Amino acid sequence: MSDDESEVQDAGFDEWLDAAEADEAYALECPNDHGSLPPRRVCPECGATELEEVPLPGTGEIETFTVTHVPTPAFEEDAPYATAVARFGPVRVTGQVVGVNLETVENGLEVELEITVSETTGERVLGFSPI
Amino acid sequence: MHDVRVAGAGLTAFGHSPERTSRDLFSEATIAAFDDGGVSREDVDALLYGNFMGELSEHQGHHGPLMAEAAGVQAPATRYESACASSGTAVRDAVMRIRNGEDDVVLVGGAERMTNLGTAGATEALAIAADDLWEVRAGMTFPGAYALMAQAYFDEYGGEHEDLAHIAVKNHENALTNEKAQYQSAIEVADVLEAPPVSEPLGLYDSCPISDGAAAVVLVSDEYAAEHGLDAPVSISGTGQGGDRMALHDREFLARSPAARDAGEEAYADAGIDAGDVDVAEVHDCFTIAEVLAIEALDLESVGEGISAARDGRTTADGETPVNLSGGLKAKGHPVGATGASQIAELAALLSGDHPNSEFVPDATTGVAHNAGGTVASATVHVLEVSDQ
Ligand SMILES: [Zn+2]
Repeated sequence: MSDDESEVQDAGFDEWLDAAEADEAYALECPNDHGSLPPRRVCPECGATELEEVPLPGTGEIETFTVTHVPTPAFEEDAPYATAVARFGPVRVTGQVVGVNLETVENGLEVELEITVSETTGERVLGFSPI
Repeated sequence: MHDVRVAGAGLTAFGHSPERTSRDLFSEATIAAFDDGGVSREDVDALLYGNFMGELSEHQGHHGPLMAEAAGVQAPATRYESACASSGTAVRDAVMRIRNGEDDVVLVGGAERMTNLGTAGATEALAIAADDLWEVRAGMTFPGAYALMAQAYFDEYGGEHEDLAHIAVKNHENALTNEKAQYQSAIEVADVLEAPPVSEPLGLYDSCPISDGAAAVVLVSDEYAAEHGLDAPVSISGTGQGGDRMALHDREFLARSPAARDAGEEAYADAGIDAGDVDVAEVHDCFTIAEVLAIEALDLESVGEGISAARDGRTTADGETPVNLSGGLKAKGHPVGATGASQIAELAALLSGDHPNSEFVPDATTGVAHNAGGTVASATVHVLEVSDQ
């Protein structure tokens, strides 16, 4: 959440959005092959502290989704919109499905990451666009 | 180890009272609890208080001492925050304090003021129980998260919205005689199916309401109950807590609640019972799908079978194991921080024959209460039993 007075970034998270915008999205992987998302210094699965950035595959697959009609105020102008959980290699990610007729969103749909913006706030939003 | 007894319990009406502060609500609930239990306020050793969104709804932090004042007790007080499982975790710690001999009398409860925020404000406040960076900023709401689980459940185990509708119908039916319930009105399956969508497949009638309310329970040691000649036939014989990853997408399962399963197994083992011994349950049905996940996690239904339990009458008032005879969060209401303690109050009343719906479970001796936080990244389970004093 930025406002007029500050452009403070969330370390780890905003860098990840920057990377995703440059088609260089990544996951963190521990020596035991557990995948996770930043910001993170410790593997949540095994406690390992040597985490390495590994590139995310270019495409993911929707595992579950919903169409939200009653949003939080930050998405008032965006509703209705589809939110989905999609798997990209070692991690799952939650995002908004963009550029698609909401009726056609389904489990198994192949998507790629697309960082979009909220129509309500202009803030960046993690999105998925169908391939 | 000291047994823990429910000496008294009090609830405010749950519902729409935007002008009431949480200190006012909690004060009312504690007066009822002390009147009910015949326990002196002076004997209270500690107050454990659950609340989730006080900073957002009332611009108030540091609730512990404020609520001790509201209750009229001179005792150290601590706030517990575990999203919607806030007072469930408070109850668990109260039980452990009494068991280990630290305290004899613990006042435990919670309150939440929510309706003053309006629907959008409350939706925003509830959403912070999810991962802010990875879920909330992607537009996920609290109903949205449960909708993701519902869709995943349908995909994995089958079922449809109509099955879920039977859960809402059942819980409204159960609330008809509960004078504290937010809704005392019957609904039909068609009402649920035709209601405006919130987050598909969940609609308005799949969702618990936004509620104001408070709950208070006086827990005492066996010895204290005996010394003071208290009428306290119900004991908390088992307690358990489970946890899971914060964001839904980081979980192993999208359509199960391992945190609740862990909490249930721990509570059952603690009480020395198994799921087959459970006569009646109060579970955290913030959305219709949540009741399905809860009864499967508690092993009252096999995985994949919970979806049909209400429709086929296994969990209805006249069923084998009635679930949410209070009306559940769905019809009774869900003032978040008060919910876990209110389940203990309802279950104790059901087991001791003091509840309007006790007639449906006349021989019940064992009940289970399940309280979940967020999309079940937190869960507590308590076993209550009628036992000799
Ligand atoms: Zn690891």
